[in-house]
Amino acid sequence: MDMFSELDSARGSPRLLDIRGAFRLTGAQRVEAKWGLLFISPWLIGFAIFYLVPMVVSLLFSLYDFTLSAPDEARFIGLQNWSRMLFDDPNTWETLFVTFKFALISLPIGMVSAFLLAVLLNSQHLIGKNIFRTLFYAPTMVPLIAAILIWSRVLNPQTGWLNQLIEVTGIEAVGINGLRWLDDPNLIYIAYTFIGLWGIGNAILINLASLQGVPTELYEAASIDGAGWLRQLWSVTIPMVTPVIFYNLVLSVVGLLQFFIVPWVLNLGSGYPEGSTNFYMIYFYKQAFTFQNMGYGATLAWFMFIIGLAITIFLFATGRYWVYYAGESK
Amino acid sequence: MAVKKKKNDALTEFEIARRRRNLLLQAGITLFALILLGVYLMPLFYGAVTSLKTKAQSADPSAPLLPSIAVSFDYEDKNYDVLQVPTAAGIREWALVKKGRRSSQFVDPGNPDAGLIDWEGNWRALEPVWVPSVQWDNYPQAWNTIDFARLLFNTLVYAFVTMVGTVIASSCTAYGFARFNFPFKNLLFMILIGTIVLPPAVTLVPTYAFFVNVLGWGGTWLPLIIPQMFGNAYNVFLLRQYFLTIPKEMEEAAQIDGAGRVRTFVSVILPQAVPALTAVSLFHFFFAWNDFFGPLIYLAGNRDANPITVGLTEFNGLYSSETQLILAAAIISMILPLAIFFMAQRVFIQGIVITGVDK
Repeated sequence: MDMFSELDSARGSPRLLDIRGAFRLTGAQRVEAKWGLLFISPWLIGFAIFYLVPMVVSLLFSLYDFTLSAPDEARFIGLQNWSRMLFDDPNTWETLFVTFKFALISLPIGMVSAFLLAVLLNSQHLIGKNIFRTLFYAPTMVPLIAAILIWSRVLNPQTGWLNQLIEVTGIEAVGINGLRWLDDPNLIYIAYTFIGLWGIGNAILINLASLQGVPTELYEAASIDGAGWLRQLWSVTIPMVTPVIFYNLVLSVVGLLQFFIVPWVLNLGSGYPEGSTNFYMIYFYKQAFTFQNMGYGATLAWFMFIIGLAITIFLFATGRYWVYYAGESK
Repeated sequence: MAVKKKKNDALTEFEIARRRRNLLLQAGITLFALILLGVYLMPLFYGAVTSLKTKAQSADPSAPLLPSIAVSFDYEDKNYDVLQVPTAAGIREWALVKKGRRSSQFVDPGNPDAGLIDWEGNWRALEPVWVPSVQWDNYPQAWNTIDFARLLFNTLVYAFVTMVGTVIASSCTAYGFARFNFPFKNLLFMILIGTIVLPPAVTLVPTYAFFVNVLGWGGTWLPLIIPQMFGNAYNVFLLRQYFLTIPKEMEEAAQIDGAGRVRTFVSVILPQAVPALTAVSLFHFFFAWNDFFGPLIYLAGNRDANPITVGLTEFNGLYSSETQLILAAAIISMILPLAIFFMAQRVFIQGIVITGVDK
C-alpha cells in the first residue's frame, strides 16, 4: 500500500468529517485529543502560518496591482491580472507549452528507465547486485548543481565525451553538423532529460522494492501457462507495480511543472536556444522576483497550483482503472 | 541396467545444458549491466579526469583523454612548442623555432647543439607532443577562487540548524498522528500529505513580501530557517510509519511506572526510532545541501551569505571558460554527500523505500 492509497482509505472513513461526533467526547478521550493536538501542534502552527494564510493572501494578491518597491501604491484591480494572464499575455501559454512539451519527452523516458533499471537490478542472473544497486544510485546523490555543471561540459559538441563516444560508434557527432545538445532547440529537451536521468535513484529504489514484493507464485503460475519472460513482465510484473508507477507519475508531474534549476543554472533563464527553455516557473520567477510584480506573480503561481491540482485529480480519477492495489476488492 | 544408465546420462546432459545456459545468462546480464553502468557514470569520470587537466587541454578536442601537458623546449632563452614531425627516418619530436608557410625550422631537443633543422611542409598540420601530467593544483585554485570555505560554512550551518528543528518538530507531529485520537485526525493527515504535491510557488509571493518587506529579513538566512522549524510532510510520514511498528506495550509499561506523555515519547519512543531519525536527518541534510530556489531569492544581494549551490552557479557564470576549475569545484561539492551516502546507505535506502512503498 502506498501513501496515496492510504488517502483513499481515509476518504471512506466515517471519522473524517463526522463533525458532531468530534465534539461528543468522553473525559478520557478529551485528554487524549488534547495530547494528540499538542504533539501535532508544531506542524499545525507551521501549516497555518506558512501554507494556509499565504495561500489565501496569494489569492488576494492576484486581485491587486502591487509592486514590491511601491507597496503604498497597491490598488485593487479585480480580475484584471487573471484576464491579462489568460487572454492578453502570450507568455503564459508559450511557457506552459514549453513546460508540457518537455514533460511529455522527459517523463516517459525517466519512468521507463527507472522501471527497466529496477528490473535489471532485480534479475536473479545479475552478479554483484548490491554493488550495482549502490553505484546506479550514486549519481542521485551528486548535488544537482554539480551534476548540471558536469553535464554541460560532457555535452559540449567538440570536447565532451558524449559526442566523442557517439563518434566511436560511427555516427557523426563531433563535427560542424554534429550534435549540439545545448544549442539546438530540437535536442535541448533530450539533453535536459539526460541530466534528469541522474536523479532517478529514488524511483529505481521504490520500483525495486515493489518488484521484490511480487509473489513468486504468480510467476510460477504464469510460467506453467507457458508465458515467456516478456509476457510475464507485461502481464504479471507491470500490473503488480502500478501503485509505484502511479506514485512516481504524480510526483514527477508536480515536479516537472516547477522545472527551474537546470535552465536557470545553464543560461540564467534567458530561454536560450530560441526560447525553447522558457519554462513556466522561470516566467513566474521573472515576474515575481526580477520585476517584483507581486500581484501578477501571485496570479501565475495560483494558476500553476490550479493546473497541478487538475492534473493530480485527473490522475487519481483515471488511476481507478489502471492502478492495481493487491488486497483491495474491486 | 543399460537402459537406466542411459537415462542417467541424459539427465546429467540436461543438467549440464541448464547450468551452461544459466552461466551464459549470468555473464551476459552482468556484462550488459556493467556497460550500462559505465555509460551512466561516464560524466562522473569525465568530470574527475577533466578537473585535473590544464585549461588548454580541456578546450582541445584532439588532446589525449587523460590529463597531459603539451611539451615545450627552451632554446636560446626562448620557449618553443615540441611537435611530432614526420621525416624520412620516421616521426621525430622537434621544437618549432621558426614558423614558415611552406617550410619551418626546428631544433632537436635531444641535440640542440646541432642547430636548426629545415623541414618542408605546413607546421599547422603537425600534432603537439603530450606527456601525462596531473594538475592537482586546480583543486586548491578552485577552492580559493570560489572561497569555498565560506560557502561550506554557510551551507553546513544552514543544514544543521534546520536539521535539528525539522527532526524535533516532525517527530513530535508523527507521534501525535501515530498514537493519539483527536477530532479531524484523518482530514489533517490528508492535508499534511497533500502539502507534498502543493507547488511552493503558490505560497511564496506573500511569504516573500512578508519576510522581506514587513520584517526586513532580505539577505539573511532567517526566511529560510524559520519555516523549517515546523516539520515537513515527508519526514512526518516516514516517522509515523516507523512509530506505528513500535509495540504499544513498551509505552504502557513506562506509563505504569509513572512517566508522562512527553517523558514516554522522549525516553521510550525516540530511542527505538534511531534508524528512522537517522534517515530523516540524512534526507534533510541532502535537501539543505541542494536547496537552491530559496537562497536564490532571499539571499539576493548578499553574496557573503551564499550557500554552495548559489555560489557554484555564480562561479560558473563568471569563470565559464575555466572548465577545469568549474569541474574541480563541482567535484569538491559532491565529496561530502557521496561519502555520507556510501557510509549510511542502508538506513538511507530503507527510508526511501518506506516513504515510496510503505511496507
